[in-house]
Amino acid sequence: MVALARLALDEDELLRMARELDAVLGYVASLSRVDTRDVPPTAHVVPLATPLRDDVPSAPLDPDLALASAPEREGSSFVVPKVIEAEEEG
Amino acid sequence: MAAPLGTLRECREALAAGATSSSALVEQSLARAEACAHLRAFVRLRADAARAEARESDRRRARGEVRSPLDGIPIAVKDILVRAGEETTCASKILEGFVSPYTSTVMERLEAAGAISIGATNMDEFAMGSSTEHSVYGPSRNPWDLARTPGGSSGGSAAAVAAGIVPAAIGTDTGGSIRQPASFCGVVGLKPTYGRVSRYGLVAFASSLDQIGCFARSAEDVAVVQDVIAGHDPRDSTSIPEPAPRCSNALDGDVAGLVIGLPREYYEPAGIEPGVLAAVREATAALERAGAKLREVSLPHSEHAVATYYLIATAEASSNLARYDGVRYGHRAQGAHSLSEMYRKTRSEGFGPEVKRRIVLGTYVLSAGYYDAYYRKAQQVRTLIRRDFEAAFRGCDLIATPTMPETAFRIGERTEDPLRMYLSDVYTVSANLAGLPGVSLPCGFASGLPVGLQLLASPLDEARLLRAADAYQRLAAHHLARPPERG
Amino acid sequence: MSAPPHPDYEVVIGLEVHAQLRTRSKLFSPAPVTYGLPPNHAVHPICLALPGVLPVLNGGAVELAIRVALASHCEIQSRSVFARKNYFYPDLPKGYQISQYEEPIATGGWLDVRVDGNGARRRVRLTRIHMEEDAGKSIHDAAIAGGATHVDLNRAGVPLLEIVSEPDLRSPVEAAAYLRALRSLLRYVDASDADLERGNFRCDANISLRRHGESRLGTRTELKNLNSFRFVEAALEAEIRRQARILDDGGRVVQATLHFDPQSGRTRVLRLKENADDYRYFPDPDLVPLVLSDAQIERVRSTLPELADARCERFVLEHGLAEEDARLLCESRALADFYEAARTRHGDADVAKWIRRDVLHALAEHGLEIEASRLAPEALADLVDAVRSGRVTAQSARALVPELVLSGGDPLRLVRERGLEAVSDTSALEAAVDAVLREHASHVERLRAGEVKVRNFLIGQVMKRTGGKADPAALRRVLAQRLGEGAS
Repeated sequence: MVALARLALDEDELLRMARELDAVLGYVASLSRVDTRDVPPTAHVVPLATPLRDDVPSAPLDPDLALASAPEREGSSFVVPKVIEAEEEG
Repeated sequence: MAAPLGTLRECREALAAGATSSSALVEQSLARAEACAHLRAFVRLRADAARAEARESDRRRARGEVRSPLDGIPIAVKDILVRAGEETTCASKILEGFVSPYTSTVMERLEAAGAISIGATNMDEFAMGSSTEHSVYGPSRNPWDLARTPGGSSGGSAAAVAAGIVPAAIGTDTGGSIRQPASFCGVVGLKPTYGRVSRYGLVAFASSLDQIGCFARSAEDVAVVQDVIAGHDPRDSTSIPEPAPRCSNALDGDVAGLVIGLPREYYEPAGIEPGVLAAVREATAALERAGAKLREVSLPHSEHAVATYYLIATAEASSNLARYDGVRYGHRAQGAHSLSEMYRKTRSEGFGPEVKRRIVLGTYVLSAGYYDAYYRKAQQVRTLIRRDFEAAFRGCDLIATPTMPETAFRIGERTEDPLRMYLSDVYTVSANLAGLPGVSLPCGFASGLPVGLQLLASPLDEARLLRAADAYQRLAAHHLARPPERG
Repeated sequence: MSAPPHPDYEVVIGLEVHAQLRTRSKLFSPAPVTYGLPPNHAVHPICLALPGVLPVLNGGAVELAIRVALASHCEIQSRSVFARKNYFYPDLPKGYQISQYEEPIATGGWLDVRVDGNGARRRVRLTRIHMEEDAGKSIHDAAIAGGATHVDLNRAGVPLLEIVSEPDLRSPVEAAAYLRALRSLLRYVDASDADLERGNFRCDANISLRRHGESRLGTRTELKNLNSFRFVEAALEAEIRRQARILDDGGRVVQATLHFDPQSGRTRVLRLKENADDYRYFPDPDLVPLVLSDAQIERVRSTLPELADARCERFVLEHGLAEEDARLLCESRALADFYEAARTRHGDADVAKWIRRDVLHALAEHGLEIEASRLAPEALADLVDAVRSGRVTAQSARALVPELVLSGGDPLRLVRERGLEAVSDTSALEAAVDAVLREHASHVERLRAGEVKVRNFLIGQVMKRTGGKADPAALRRVLAQRLGEGAS
């Protein structure tokens, strides 16, 4: 689960996290007792008609502004460490 | 020693009468902020910009162009709303140095109204917390007792108003993060109906629960700010299309015939500090004396609210925070040799323990095999909680409860016990789950610490909510009390 | 029917196509949809997944999706839901893709696909159509990015339509035919340029083998990002060979994702499905469900051009075309438009034959489509009309078509300039006929003796002598007359 969230915890942190989460999960397990047959899950609290945007393009952001906070850039591209093929979508 | 600022009404009237200027108010505000630095209400001040805007406001006023009741008034904004050209960090290391190229809708509206932000206020990282202790800048302190928290996650904004640094401040509320600090700090805090205020430019924690609201000394003041920030925004797909009713017009002080429901599940003596219960009961009694009718109601699924909230909020948060990966902005870990190492190191270095906890929990809640048992189930129970309120509101106009079962706790007391921290949200989370508007009003003291009365209304009914709150504040003056001055 | 792809096994193929919709702005952001700009020159804060941004759905994209769903006979859902597909990758800025999962915009539907040159058709059913946003581009090429990866988000957020077929296809040839038909349909309703080379029409294939007569499906593998029609067929063939070898040896095919390497002509395992990411789909809380009324759908339907099936039927019933010719012409809107414009000129449906036999043939030699024809439909019609009225021979006219189609020009002017007018002037013909009869006296004898076939030889000789310009009817008349045959 930690890996799926792209986090890395050391041994101590992992143990503590596991304990804390166990407590929380034990608590939320109480929900299983609630009778929810035929109850629809809430999609949205305030029902709305679907807002649609007209297909009109706006001026794009100045690339320098888009990249202004980039930790690493080259030209107008963002740069990241190389992706190893086995990692694709992993 | 810089004196505390008056209420928003007092400031407005002084400006209108020419007894003071925006520049003078802003100077006083900045001086007060400096004097109260020990509260750590602010993480960043924008003194030069504020002074320039104050001069501009004074020039406008001299020309007879006053944009709104907020024109020229110093305010504070939680460090979670973006503004072009200025840093926003959400009190997190992962957004250190992040300067947004665009401005949030709420900031645009405040700017257009002439309000002047003197700086960004402290918060729990990414709004995840109830004490403003989970901040990369360190904890904020409660002006009523410096050893105690101001509540969270909008603790900085609440403290700034309570200490008289600014007459009004903007916060956000996902599970009680405006109402709880309001209660702990003895100020008024409003969470509007979900969708009433645009979330465009609000750094997201839990999308279906987050709402932007405000703090001030009185319900009347809150109404003025709410009128400025509320309203439809086409850039937010969850924004309510109907125009927002003006709340400041509705304050006539009349509660005759108002039916107020008291949910029995919120008044179990075993779960509430006795001083808190006494203060809240006195408040509802005062309303009854003024002509309101009190009626017991029931919200049967209340006991499941916290669990439901934490399942939904963490799930949405785990997804909303996936974008903080060090690729396009914010913190990036040094020395990573591969992309996956970069992701892991960046996020592990950048997020605090509470945020990590919630991300991991949220990831789990959505994962294959658990989605139905956790996330889907929680959304179903959420429907039941909404229905509880719909049923209750068929028999009453407003619901009144204690905002919190307790007064402000000590800094450091709960950081090792996250579950205990989560459970204290028991009275506030339901309003977020059901999308209802809710306000917390100071209604007295217990052991010298402020107690909050919470009023809840049906969706879209902020005006009625604030009218009742304002009426109460004509009967009792707890909101005018100020914390003791420190030398 | 074309030959089955493998003697021992039945091949089962399903295709997933991602087609980029022809909108001007992106699916959830107002940033422009562009092509060929330098990196990150077409982005908006929403495309960059900056803190605090929110998605708003593009109504134009919804309309195009409805058009495609209507044209492929799908059931359009009155309520569909956008869901987040969560995974980490540098070209996915939010760390999730907004897509549709349990409740897509359309389900069911079909395409009728011509699978061979004899007009055999197969109905390929669709499972579903849904909308989703495209990711950006990660460039790993060492020449550009050195030892790192460059990220360009111009494409991030562009609207895609994902069209999933049922596993109804039975060969690589059918698969390619289905893709052509789908591409045609997308262009027909102006929903997508559907250009494989430009990357706005991408295909993934799922393929499995089973013994003939077996009803259960075999284990399937996935071939990703097949980006040309040739590759699609080659990749599928390679994978059939690979799976057949495994099964022949008594082995078990393992679920996996594969890449096709055109150099070696083989498929290579990229990753095993067992390690598939858990996408943790859930409805996007920043969006509300897409609710469509019947009125909205009907309004879109009313803006559609006459769809292929109806048009085909009209060609058959009103123009008297043969079913097969009509179907062919209706395979693309541009082709059907071309035919109709040509036919309208002189009311002659015979242009259909010329289009099929000459125009398309000339284009096919160069791998071109009707849109590339520099011969306008009206000009073709004029040429055909000239043949009909005897001003030019069919042979001469047909010879001109390739040049006109590829390089343009005015057909009738060309005829004049090159002196291609049919020779029907009697004296010239008589001279040619006389010359031929003199030269081939022995043939004349044999004709008179009863060898009927010799007549064609003599006709051919006259044609040769006149450079192919003799009007056939006039030629026959003159020949008969010169041979002393009675009035015909």
